[in-house]
Amino acid sequence: MAVQLDEAAVRATPPAPPDGPPSPAPRRSRGAGRLPWLLLAPALGATVLLLGWPMVKNGMLSFQNLNARQLILHLTEWTGFDNYGDALGSEHFWRVTVRSVLFTTVNVVLIMLAGTLTGLLLARLGRRMRLLLSVGLVLTWAMPIIAATTVYQWLFAQRFGVVNWLLDHLGWHSMADYNWTGSQFSTFFVVTVLIVWQSVPFVALSLYAATTTIPKELYEAAALDGAGAWKAFVSVTYPFIKPFLFATTFLEVIWVFKAFPQIYAIGQGGPDRLTETLPIYAFVEGIGNQHFGMGAAISLLTILILLALMSYYFRLVLRQERDES
Amino acid sequence: MKRSLLGRLWPNATALVLFVCFAFPVYWMFATAFKPTGDIITEDPVWFPTDVTLEHFGTAVRADHFWTLVRNSLTVTLLAVGLSLLIALFAAFAIARTRFRGRRSVILVFMIAQMAPWEVMVIAIYMLVRDAEMLNSLVPLTLFYMVMVLPLTVLTLRNYIAAVPRELEESAMVDGCSRTGAFVKVIFPLLAPGLMATSLFGFITAWNEFPMVLILNKDAEAQTLPVWLYQFQTAFGDDWGATMAAASLFALPILVLFLFLQRKAVGGLTAGAVKG
Repeated sequence: MAVQLDEAAVRATPPAPPDGPPSPAPRRSRGAGRLPWLLLAPALGATVLLLGWPMVKNGMLSFQNLNARQLILHLTEWTGFDNYGDALGSEHFWRVTVRSVLFTTVNVVLIMLAGTLTGLLLARLGRRMRLLLSVGLVLTWAMPIIAATTVYQWLFAQRFGVVNWLLDHLGWHSMADYNWTGSQFSTFFVVTVLIVWQSVPFVALSLYAATTTIPKELYEAAALDGAGAWKAFVSVTYPFIKPFLFATTFLEVIWVFKAFPQIYAIGQGGPDRLTETLPIYAFVEGIGNQHFGMGAAISLLTILILLALMSYYFRLVLRQERDES
Repeated sequence: MKRSLLGRLWPNATALVLFVCFAFPVYWMFATAFKPTGDIITEDPVWFPTDVTLEHFGTAVRADHFWTLVRNSLTVTLLAVGLSLLIALFAAFAIARTRFRGRRSVILVFMIAQMAPWEVMVIAIYMLVRDAEMLNSLVPLTLFYMVMVLPLTVLTLRNYIAAVPRELEESAMVDGCSRTGAFVKVIFPLLAPGLMATSLFGFITAWNEFPMVLILNKDAEAQTLPVWLYQFQTAFGDDWGATMAAASLFALPILVLFLFLQRKAVGGLTAGAVKG
């Protein structure tokens, strides 16, 4: 159980120059020729075959009328943009989209706030307390998703659940036998607590790692200039962690937006399909209700939204990559 | 004086509260698993188990197909991670050690692939696997998991390879090693920590994967542990002792691996900027 986060953190942040020293051996690179592509072939081939092909298939399915009957009889019925028309024309789709956006926003804001504060706290703590908190964070981080959802169902269980017991004993007696998965809001509440709990350790530990790279002299200089704790944070810490915060926020947006197991395992999108976000909606519509074409169309629309989010993120990453090399 | 005491106290107090918030669910899982049913179904929770029983673990282990599913999960996970490490090693070497046109695009392909929304693509994957008549087989699962963990494996290994000084490799080649020989004898041993960290992440991803196996493998004997745990909860309903024992059994390998490897893993994963 040797937990040595301090050392790991120091090692973590300057990860190695991305591409070695800037082009010290041009003689080799010229002669490389076909070699890089031969080495890359298996990895690129596997990615194209097993990731690219399903993507294309997804696109093709979304233009088909494919329900249980067509599936069993192996019929291919092309319907053009009908699925998209139906999806975009239905009120349900838009309600789910708005819900997904709200769900993602609330979760990401909570994750980033709690994660940043916890990370900054880690930097302030003494050795022993930092170790203790790190152990807690690492345990949480390592907890498998489905195991965690199961534990949360037990924590929030209607009968004998710890949460209801606690609320009851804190004086909120009407919560003694509260059914958490009985309403839209309370189900989302449980899912949100779960997702935030699972995501904070990554943000906190990486942020703490980032703060360890800030030179101590900067703080000393700030103190000499008469800066208080808040001023020191704004003028020294924040500029250092800003790029990290930005990138992480985007990653979290993407992760939360496509979160599947947590929502599905806790309520299958229920009650009354009221907690379906886009990935769950596509799944329930496509697989559950066997409207495969429709499900594929919803998937593709979801992927488009994700792509829009990602392209912004990649612009940032590419700019960094260019600056580094 | 008073203020400085308070100033020292609140971070520690907050840290303690946070520690409890984070660790409690994990603790509660194990605690419930070891408690006799009488201590689980009580009006007031028993915070520290006094009577320890293995009864619930017995129930979980004796559940239908448990050992088959353990074997399935291990096979799929280990094969996927192993294959992906092998393929990734070549690709990472090419990216880290050679310069060629299109290199940046290749990196971008892996970065995009790393974020592939697999959860949303399951319908198409189901159709492809069904057309290939390979539903309820472990082969498609292994292959898809391999590609799922491949991008991050490539990107992190590339960082580790780039960190090995070129001079080491070159001096080995001066001493008469071939390029392959230099790689095997010099770079590879230095990559051990990188390989461990990367495989830890891959192991977690494949071990946890849920939506794909849920759709592809409906046969009880062809499933993996996440689906089992998900159904265990549905099937056993209020037998929380057995459900928590099942969750503990499922979580234990990852928790142990993580605690042993996290020193390297946290560094590796932060470098790859990816959540476990």
